[in-house]
Parts: sequence; C-alpha cells; structure tokens
Amino acid sequence: MTMTDLTATKARHLPGDLAVWMFIFAELAVFGILFIGFTVARSLDPATFHAGREVLHPWIGLLNTVALITASYLVATAVHRLRHGEQGTQLRLWMAIAVSTVYTVGKLWEYADLYGQGYNLGTDTFFMFYFFLTFFHFMHVLLGQIILIVLAVKVGNGDYDGTDMNGMESGASYWHMVDLVWLVLFPMVYVLT
Amino acid sequence: MKYESQRVAMPYFIFALILFAGQIVFGLVLGLQYVVGDFLFPEIPFNVARMVHTNLLIVWLLFGFMGATYYLVPEEAQTELYSPLLAWILFWVFAAAGTLTILGYLFVDYATLADVTMNKLLPTMGREFLEQPTITKIGIALVVVGFLVNILMTALKGRKTVVNIVLITGLVGLAVLWLFSFYNPGNLTLDKYFWWFVVHLWVEGVWELIMGAILAYVLIKITGVDREVIEKWLYVIIAMALITGIIGTGHHFFWIGPPEYWLWLGSVFSALEPLPFFMMVLFAFNMINRRRRNHPNKAAMLWAMGTAVMAFLGAGVWGFLHTLAPVNYYTHGSQITAAHGHMAFYGAYVMIVLTIISYAMPIMRGRPYGNSNTAQILEMWGFWLMTISMVFITLFLTGAGILQIWLQRIPESGEALSFMATQDNIALFYWMRFVAGCFFLAGLIVYFGSFFIKGQASPAEEVRGPATEDA
Repeated sequence: MTMTDLTATKARHLPGDLAVWMFIFAELAVFGILFIGFTVARSLDPATFHAGREVLHPWIGLLNTVALITASYLVATAVHRLRHGEQGTQLRLWMAIAVSTVYTVGKLWEYADLYGQGYNLGTDTFFMFYFFLTFFHFMHVLLGQIILIVLAVKVGNGDYDGTDMNGMESGASYWHMVDLVWLVLFPMVYVLT
Repeated sequence: MKYESQRVAMPYFIFALILFAGQIVFGLVLGLQYVVGDFLFPEIPFNVARMVHTNLLIVWLLFGFMGATYYLVPEEAQTELYSPLLAWILFWVFAAAGTLTILGYLFVDYATLADVTMNKLLPTMGREFLEQPTITKIGIALVVVGFLVNILMTALKGRKTVVNIVLITGLVGLAVLWLFSFYNPGNLTLDKYFWWFVVHLWVEGVWELIMGAILAYVLIKITGVDREVIEKWLYVIIAMALITGIIGTGHHFFWIGPPEYWLWLGSVFSALEPLPFFMMVLFAFNMINRRRRNHPNKAAMLWAMGTAVMAFLGAGVWGFLHTLAPVNYYTHGSQITAAHGHMAFYGAYVMIVLTIISYAMPIMRGRPYGNSNTAQILEMWGFWLMTISMVFITLFLTGAGILQIWLQRIPESGEALSFMATQDNIALFYWMRFVAGCFFLAGLIVYFGSFFIKGQASPAEEVRGPATEDA
C-alpha cells in the first residue's frame, strides 16, 4: 500500500458508527449554544460573573482536567491495543474509569461545598450557568463511564476481537467528546475573565 | 397481515377517522366564527366549538395510536395479541365515553356538565385541552391501563424488538403523564407546571417516541432496509427528542411565574428541539433511498416522507420561530402559536396516524400489496390537498400573528391597539385561513373517497438484493 492509498483510506474512515457521530454533533450543538449563552450573559453582566468565578475552586477544576485527559489517553491506547490485537485493552479501560472517578468525586465535593455556602441554581445568572452547565456535563461523564464499563466487560468476555472496531470506536468517540467539552468548559467557567 | 388478531386495529382506525372528520367540521365552524362572531350563537359558542375541536383531535389521535399499536406490536413480537376481546371491549368503552363527552360539551352548558359529572368530588375540569369531566379522565386512565396490560402481555411473550420497546415506552409515558391531569393545585403557577407536564411532555416528549416507532415500523416494511440500521436511527432520534424535549418544557415556563433561569434553559433546549425532527427527515429519505424493494403501496411511502417533512416544518421550524425567550416575550399567545400548533399537530401526529392507516388498512382489507392504482392516486390527491391547505392555513395564521404582534404587542402601552381592535385589522388573514380550511375539508373528502374504490395493486414489485425476513 502506497502512502497515497494510506492517506485516502484514513481520510475515508470514520471511527465508530455514523449514528454515534450524529449524536455527538447534536450534543456539541447543545453545549455550543450553552457556551454562547454563557459568553453573551457574561458580557452583559461582567461584575456578577467575576464575583461568581472568585468563589469557585480552580485547583479542583485543574485536577478534573488532568483526570479527564488521562482517562482519554488510556481510552485511546485501549482502542489502539484492541485494533492491533495487543494485550492490555481491558486493563486500560478499567484504569480510565478509575481515573475519571477523580473527576466525579472532585465535582461532587465542589457542589457540596458551594451548596453549603448557600449557592444554588437560582443565586444569579453566573451560578445558574455554573450549576447547569457543569451538572449537565457531569451527567455526560457518568454516561461515558457506563459506556466504558460496558466496553471493558465486553472486552473481558471476548466479544471484541479487534476485527470489528465499531462498538469500541463508537464508545471511545463519545468519551472523547465528553473530554473535549470539558476542555472548553473549564477555562471558560473557571479561568477566563 | 401475519396475525389474525391484528385486525382489531380496524375499528380503532375507522373511529379515529370519523372523529377526524368531526374535528375538521368544528375547525371550519371556528374559522368562520373568527370573522362572523355570532355564527351558530348561542347554540355553539366559540369556546365550546374550540373545546370540541381540540378534544376531538386528542381523542382521535389516541384512537389512532392504539390502532397502530394493536396492529404493529403482534407483528413485531411475532405472536397473536394477548386478548383481542379486551381490545374490543376497551374500544367500545372508549368510543362510548368519548362520544358522550363530546355530546355533553355540545348539549349541556359546561357548568352543568361539571355538576352532573360530580366534578366537585375531584375537581379537574376547566383547563385548556384537559376540559374532560373527571369521570371521563378516569375512564381514559382505565382504558389506557387495560390497553397497556394487553400490549405488554403480548410484547413480553414474543420477540423483543427496538420498535416495540420504544413504542411501549412512549405509551407508558403517555399513561403516567396523564396522571398529572388529576392534580389541580390552587396556586396558578403550580397549576400551569402540572398542566404542561401533561400537554408538553406528551407532544414534545413521549408522543415523539410513539411517532418514531411507528415511522420506523412502516419504513422497515416498505423499504426492506435492515432492521439494525433503522433501529440505530430510532435510538438516536429518541435520545435527541428526550434530551431536548424534557428540559425544553421550560419554554412554556417563561411567563408563568417560576425562577428566571427558565428563560435560559427553556430557550437553549427548545432551540434544539428541531433536531430530532430534522433527523426524522434524514431518516425517512435515507431509508427510502436505500430501499431494497419497491413496495407497491406508494401512498404509504408518500405519507411516511410527508409526515417527516411536515413535522420538521411545523414542530421544528415553526416551533423555533417563537421559542427564544426574547422573541416569545412578544409572540406568546398570539396567532403565531396557533400557526405552530396547526402545522405541528398535522405534520407530526395526524400524518403519522394516516401513514400507518395507509399501510395497514389495505392489508387488513385483504389487499397485501396495497390499494388499486386508482385508489392510491385518489389518496395521494387527498394527501396533497390536505397538506398544501395546511401549509396555507399556517402561512395565513403566521401573517395574522405578525400583524397582531406589530399592532398589539410592539407599540408602547397607550399606542398599542386593544385585542379586539387588532382582531378587526387582521380579519383578511382569517378569511383566507377559512378558505384554506375549506380546501382542507375537500382534501379530507377525497381522502375518504379513496377508501371506497375497489381492487388492489398488482403484486409485481422490483426486489433489490436478498429479501429480509421483515419484508
């Protein structure tokens, strides 16, 4: 196979199922509109957003970012290993699930802390966006973890042998979408002024 | 027809179509009353005609959904219906209760109806679309429970398919949400919440599951495309419908008194509600393009494509038009809402019921290849007449709505026209809407006429590729 052939094959290949990609684009559209809404609302009332951001815990946010990126790395290598028939796919998936749990625990801790201080969805526009956006994302992480568990179990049962990558790639693509959304969400909500 | 008990769908479809005709007649009465205010007064005042028009719609669509379910669940599950007798009994109970309720609306004034039906024991009457006397509401609940038992028992003993699972999930949701119609809190904001939990979560939630499942079933049958492909689409569509539709309920909460964040949540999520409908368009056309057989029932295929497109336009585009809070601030409760309501109900729910009727009725009447060419051509004439009329009804109401907002809502107080003065100014649109309504009735008559033409289509059909077990 020449290099041109290889590029052509790669360009045509969509990792995972088309249906998952439609779902991913729809999800990105929801988050995209919420992000635009956040930006517009912030430009209308910068003071409230600045004050709200001060109360958040950017270190927890950073820790969560590292956890999600690490999990994504593990998922990507798991896919690679399955495709090439190497050992360790299942282990990497379980490790990804374990690492991403750092995110869920961190997020729950921050919710508890803020809620304890009296902040909630109705406090002001900033906290409406903070709680809604991050919780909506949190639910996606939970769904992503469930998908990873299903993949890990299926790999363990020998349902995937690396010839048909559709299920594995679909699940991994969804997980990367969840990760990607956080990479926009974290700087936007926690960092940028 | 693979199972004899599927035939019980027939009375449901026929009664649904009779009520549909009643709905259109009352629609025309209303259309005329918009411009000739005392037409049929005091015999049938506007509020009564409106109640009959909307209640008939809801009830006939329920009959249609039940008929569709009785037809497709046994075939999907590959087993006879658990109890055809129960289906027949429930048909007569529901038909009698529905007819009595409509007659009650027409011949007794509403307050007396409330008295006679002992509404005061459990007051649930008086809310738009949920005007039914409490005993009728209880009756509907009991009929639906019996229906669900029958369907669940059928589905559980047979093959489990995604179409059946999605359809039954939608129907269970329909039944559960109906229970909110029995809760009538004194606080007006709370009252509106619970009212929308029925009205919105039906039409922009669980009914979309029912629609998706019926569409998927008909597409499996007429295109011969692999079930796995269709099921995958169905999953994505219903996931999107629920993600956007549930929080999208917030677009009804803007002005009823809840916290401000609903302005954002309602706007963002309902702005995405067109997506599942757009996917249904892609779904229907994609499957038909990839068809492995040319089913001789062309009319059913036309309805299937039509319902996807019209649902997207009516529910999706016309919904989006006024769903963002800053726009809705001016448009809520105007003729824009009426325009959206008409095209959305017609496109999504009237047409999906007519799609399954178009597919299933010929089979139940002993014409497995569909009706004769002449009958199909007449049916397609009915399709185009009704659909184009509905497009015009929607456009004229949209015109009326824009002018209404311009005169009544946009000007600062003092300069704005009153409600009734505005109505006089937009009468021309109402006249045009009435004319379009008459064409709709003509289309309906043509459509009914197609049922009385004898003969069936020729069995010759081109099959592309190997036949599937569903074809």
